[in-house]
Amino acid sequence: MMQMYFLLIPATLLFFVFSVQADEFRFPMPEFESGYHYPEQVLPEAALTNPWVDVLVLALVLALTAWIVLRRRSRRELLALTVFSLLYFGIWRQGCVCSVGSLQNVAVSLIDPAFPLPWVVLIFFLLPLIAALFFGRIFCAAACPLGAVQELFTVFPIQLPRPLDRVLRLFPYLYLGLAVLAVCLDSGFLICIYDPFIGLYRLGGSFNMLLAGGILLAAGIFIGRPYCRYLCPYGVLLGWMSSFSKWHLRIPEKACIQCKLCEEACPYGAIDFPITEAAPLTREQGAKRLALLLGIAPFIVLFCAWIGMTSHVYLARLHPDIRLTERVLAEERGEVEGWTIESEAFRSGKVPIPALLESAHIIQKRYKRGAAWLGAFMGVVIAGMIARLSIVRRRADYEANRTYCVSCARCFAYCPVEEESPCVTQ
Amino acid sequence: MSCLNRRDFLRAAAATVGSGIALQAVQPGAEATVWQIDPALCVQCGRCATNCVINPSAVKCIHSYPICGYCDLCGAYLQPAAKNRDTGAESQLCPMSAIKRTHIEGVYYQYTIDEALCVGCGKCVKGCAMFGNGSLYLQVQRDLCVNCNDCAIARECPSGAMQRVPLSRSYLLKTDPPGEVPGT
Repeated sequence: MMQMYFLLIPATLLFFVFSVQADEFRFPMPEFESGYHYPEQVLPEAALTNPWVDVLVLALVLALTAWIVLRRRSRRELLALTVFSLLYFGIWRQGCVCSVGSLQNVAVSLIDPAFPLPWVVLIFFLLPLIAALFFGRIFCAAACPLGAVQELFTVFPIQLPRPLDRVLRLFPYLYLGLAVLAVCLDSGFLICIYDPFIGLYRLGGSFNMLLAGGILLAAGIFIGRPYCRYLCPYGVLLGWMSSFSKWHLRIPEKACIQCKLCEEACPYGAIDFPITEAAPLTREQGAKRLALLLGIAPFIVLFCAWIGMTSHVYLARLHPDIRLTERVLAEERGEVEGWTIESEAFRSGKVPIPALLESAHIIQKRYKRGAAWLGAFMGVVIAGMIARLSIVRRRADYEANRTYCVSCARCFAYCPVEEESPCVTQ
Repeated sequence: MSCLNRRDFLRAAAATVGSGIALQAVQPGAEATVWQIDPALCVQCGRCATNCVINPSAVKCIHSYPICGYCDLCGAYLQPAAKNRDTGAESQLCPMSAIKRTHIEGVYYQYTIDEALCVGCGKCVKGCAMFGNGSLYLQVQRDLCVNCNDCAIARECPSGAMQRVPLSRSYLLKTDPPGEVPGT
């Protein structure tokens, strides 16, 4: 230790002498007499796999799924494809690039044109949506690695009560809104951070996320696909597209005999039962109900926007600068002992505390507006759900709900009308 | 199909609008970006070693020889309390023994990083920054990095040193001419 100090004295002196010429170097570079040459610096080039292979595989898997679901109507073949997707997109590609996360990249590049959006990411975002517009949510059926792992874990499915299921299905909207808000306000890619199954593909990850993934999979043994149904934000977009789908799967090939077997077989609560006895509304009644709905909808939207706006203080903590500001302020007030790595790094930098406070203020202001929009979005979603519940459409047969059905093909085997021959839908 | 019904119209409209918006978002010619550490901002907290999704981390220490002092008493190589200035394991600061010390001439020693052993903990970087010229610093190795959407290190980096840089200029070297370093 003594030696160290002795050497530090000349080093300090040298530092002062040298700082006149070059601030950054304490020690002069040696002038070698033995003809020494600096070794060459090895800087390896990027070895990223060709992303177009992924695009090709995705397109092929989607096409195959559509063919298997709509023409072959084979659960077993679909399961084989599911395992393939899990192995390729999950284990081999380690869950990246995925369509679910790509929506954040698309969202942020819409807000900030300087953010580069590679073609591959854009295609990963659009391809499943376009496929859903034609064939339903076939991406969920066999291409999505997140869906695949849950599909394989759905062993002893139980049916959740329909009202509970429909209320829980509001959460994906909230998650979608939050993820878009966070990514647009520079607070990180929530969907990637809280991807519960990525730890499984990578055989490692933070304890909390491994725990979350484990709990979701364990719950998924009984409650089919809990992430897809009650969390997945991309599922919301797919659901919207799928509700307009041209060739969505049909459960009975020919005439439905209303045996209810498919509804019992569906682990995801995605089969609508027939409604025959509902008395048709008169024109006057219908108009009255519509007027009532339109009357209360603005209040729901405003109320939700207000809730969003009042909660912006908590939401703003998604931004690392807000967390840092709160920590530094608490340290200044003496409320907490010691420094964290973040506050230490901040204090060793050149930014003064007032500048940090000012930037935190700007971020909070942006969050106030963003949170109000998020609340309004949730209000529209809730009003839409109420509207859908109060408008009763007649249905003669058991039908797959186009928004919620993930085309898993489980119901086909239960349908007594099912034949071996490939059917022509529509 | 004889005529366009409402559903077909909606479908076509949605596809057009969706693709249009998405295409609008694409910046043609926008270069792909990758994650890299700005050595001027790095505070050597050690999180690079533990937070990367790759294990061991894609972050490694690199050495810019032209700015190294070739010190005998190297703050990056030796433990602060080391009794001897030698290659003994008890004298070394690096937990992986990834730094090789070779004598060049006189009082000058060359230090070489064995990147296969390096875990990116930054202990040597801290030592070099505190006692030396700062010729050792952390960089993301391009061949190891999988370029995550949201870099797990960037998320936990206390000083915002992990940044996106253009792929063509994907190393931020201290020997780069000043002013040309992207991201600063």
